[in-house]
Amino acid sequence: MPRGPRQLDGHEVARLLSAAVPGAVTVATDEWVEIQPGRVVDVMRWLHDDAEMDAAQLSNLCGVDRYDHFEIVYHLQSLDQNHQIVVKARLTDHEAASVQSCFPVYTGALLQEREVYDLMGIHFDGHPDLRRMFLWEGYPAFPLRKDFLQIVDHHPGLPHFPFETGKQER
Amino acid sequence: MTTANEPYVLNIGPQHPSTHGVFRLRVVMDGERIQDIDMVIGYLHRSMEKLAEERTYTQNIPFTDRTDYLAAMSNNLGYCLAAERLAGVEVPERASYLRVIFAELQRIASHSMGNGTFINDAGAWSTPLMYMFREREKILDLFEMTCGARLTTNYMRIGGVAFDPPNEFYPAVNALIDELPDRIDEYTELLVDNEILLARTRNVGVLSAADAINGSITGPMLRASGVPWDLRKAEPYCSYDRFDFDIPVGHVGDCYDRFMVRLEEMRQSVRIIRQALEDLPSGPHKTEIPLALRPEPGEAYARVEGPRGELGFYVVSDGGPAPYRFHIRAPSLINLSLLRQMAVGASLPDAIVTLGSTDIVVGEIDR
Repeated sequence: MPRGPRQLDGHEVARLLSAAVPGAVTVATDEWVEIQPGRVVDVMRWLHDDAEMDAAQLSNLCGVDRYDHFEIVYHLQSLDQNHQIVVKARLTDHEAASVQSCFPVYTGALLQEREVYDLMGIHFDGHPDLRRMFLWEGYPAFPLRKDFLQIVDHHPGLPHFPFETGKQER
Repeated sequence: MTTANEPYVLNIGPQHPSTHGVFRLRVVMDGERIQDIDMVIGYLHRSMEKLAEERTYTQNIPFTDRTDYLAAMSNNLGYCLAAERLAGVEVPERASYLRVIFAELQRIASHSMGNGTFINDAGAWSTPLMYMFREREKILDLFEMTCGARLTTNYMRIGGVAFDPPNEFYPAVNALIDELPDRIDEYTELLVDNEILLARTRNVGVLSAADAINGSITGPMLRASGVPWDLRKAEPYCSYDRFDFDIPVGHVGDCYDRFMVRLEEMRQSVRIIRQALEDLPSGPHKTEIPLALRPEPGEAYARVEGPRGELGFYVVSDGGPAPYRFHIRAPSLINLSLLRQMAVGASLPDAIVTLGSTDIVVGEIDR
């Protein structure tokens, strides 16, 4: 997949990040850099403060359920340098997923992390106000998880196009 | 006799004119001052992100209309850009120009509504709102003659736009953009130097540039704080790099600046539409894409400068017919991150004006 028009090479970010925050980077690809979920604050603080990276704004934060693990995706934006950095954190514990909150670095994470908690059930350590947001306290499930709605013969996603006949293997 | 000066809880909404939809504020008041503010949202939650996982890429376009129903065109555009990046679809030049024209018309319509209701919140009951609705109505007529719908347009397609505008569209849009600058001048005369408006909005809900950037604030709110950040310039999509326009910025970052930035952006949008109509290329308005669109596994984050800020669509494909994950970066929600900071310590009427100046659309907050 091609990178966004102003997105930094993940390998390049990983190289600089490994030197500054040793041991934080786990995987680097063309598009993104994957970090340890326990090092989010260190990594974000460095990306935020470093003059070259200059990740001044957390432009987007969301979670992706990958069945056996979760991904938290951070889209960081430099306004002065005009580039975008994509950082991911891989949460291997699907049952009790938790990750450091980046609220200490970005106040803009306040509602975005709450949304991920509400809909995906990922706990953000250090978040000042982690409550349900769209759903109510006590709602028994996290709808954006792939295992939500365990109805017989219902599998998440769309198995085939509406006009196609027969089921396809996914 | 003494009276205890205890804080009390005031409930605003969910049904209240100043909340612009079904949105509830729970305010802890200490006399006239706000001690704490908490928003209760989710009344309009329709789980769009979950629904999108079980619908094809094309079937998802109408959903995006219904998130921010005051800026359906911008939402259509953002999603189509993400799907196109994911599927590697090229867009014809004419479609790019048409997208710009409709996205800018939508911005004018949305800012009319945003500014009109803001003035409404500030106490100028209905008259300015009806003035601004007059122009919005004409824009919605243009949408209707092009795609048959006024609010939920469903006009953009993956690979272009659904229809070429009909012949009667061009004289109508030309008449409108000739008329709009005068109309905006009229609003300026009516409102900008109005003493009551100045008293209600100047130095109210001030947000510094540093706070706004760190708080993920985007769009007119960020620009009102003095940051000239506009994705149409910073990361030009469609054909925005070919048009000449300015980014209006504020100085103080208060409610008045937000109002002024929106007003000025309407003028800039008129400039963009005029240029796009002059250079509108001929050719097809849509690239044909396979009916069974199955993008390669991967992910794309595309964003546009919506009327309320950075409107991003993060779409993940697993190679199947539907998105594996579909996330909308909703500026209306994220622009509320600093509501508490802006409102605490203010008086209740000031907080209402501050909320009005963020120009929220509850459909987009809750999705």
